[in-house]
Amino acid sequence: MLLALGTAAIVLVVLLWELARPDALRAFAVLRLRVQRIRERARLRESGQLGYDPGRERRAEQRARELLRSCIDEHDWAMYRDLGFLRLWGGLGERAHAAGASYAYLIYPHRPIVAYVPQTGALLNEYCVAFPDHSRPYGSARLPDSDDVLAKWMALKADERCLIEQANMHLPGRQIDPEQVRRDLARLTRWERESGAGATDIVRAA
Amino acid sequence: MKLLRMKPGHGEILLAEGDVEVAEQEQLLIEAFRRELDAGMWAAVPSERRDGRREAELVKSFGEVPRDAERVIFFPRAAGGAPRSASARTAR
Repeated sequence: MLLALGTAAIVLVVLLWELARPDALRAFAVLRLRVQRIRERARLRESGQLGYDPGRERRAEQRARELLRSCIDEHDWAMYRDLGFLRLWGGLGERAHAAGASYAYLIYPHRPIVAYVPQTGALLNEYCVAFPDHSRPYGSARLPDSDDVLAKWMALKADERCLIEQANMHLPGRQIDPEQVRRDLARLTRWERESGAGATDIVRAA
Repeated sequence: MKLLRMKPGHGEILLAEGDVEVAEQEQLLIEAFRRELDAGMWAAVPSERRDGRREAELVKSFGEVPRDAERVIFFPRAAGGAPRSASARTAR
């Protein structure tokens, strides 16, 4: 009697295991995957590379804008705030770093620096330059937009020749549409006229 | 004097702050300055001319920093950007 009951119990357990095995294995695989994800997130959190945080980027850009504002002229800050780029007079020709210089630069965030002739609006070159932070503190080597503009501005102001030597030089149109640059120059002329600034470029509207 | 560093995903961070006329604080500033230069940073000193125009100066040692400078800003050294094809150009 006992032998029969024991045998039946064993058969029952085996049958139940056979029925439950697929679900059990699936649950075990899911559990293992979750543990792996938790470990991966912990590793990323420790290295400061956890995901994209739009709030963090926004705060970083806000700090960068304040720093930029504190370093450049009021007029230049208003230009960047309203137009999204800076115009910097060239420092190597006549009337260096002043209105009426023989050439000037447009500084865009994370885009090439564009050199042009203010008197005619003719585009000269694109200078592709970046300031990559290889320590990648939050998983990216890119400075906030306004920090990138400030880095370009400071480097051009302090040692224009050095920055230009570091840059990859291309003809206009390599990365930035020349029509867009002409539109930006027209916007700049209009903006300076409306804001009453004296040093306007002589550029025909595109 | 404040030593600031531009940082991706954060904006500038304060590395060190001190009075260059106080020897101990100056030493801390010098050490922080050297650390950043050793890490490959460029150092710029923003300034204002007498006529009110803003300027910047790149410095390669703490000795080149004007004693009355309020800030030194460190940022990664320039590198030629990766060229992209003309078809990849962007338009706003």
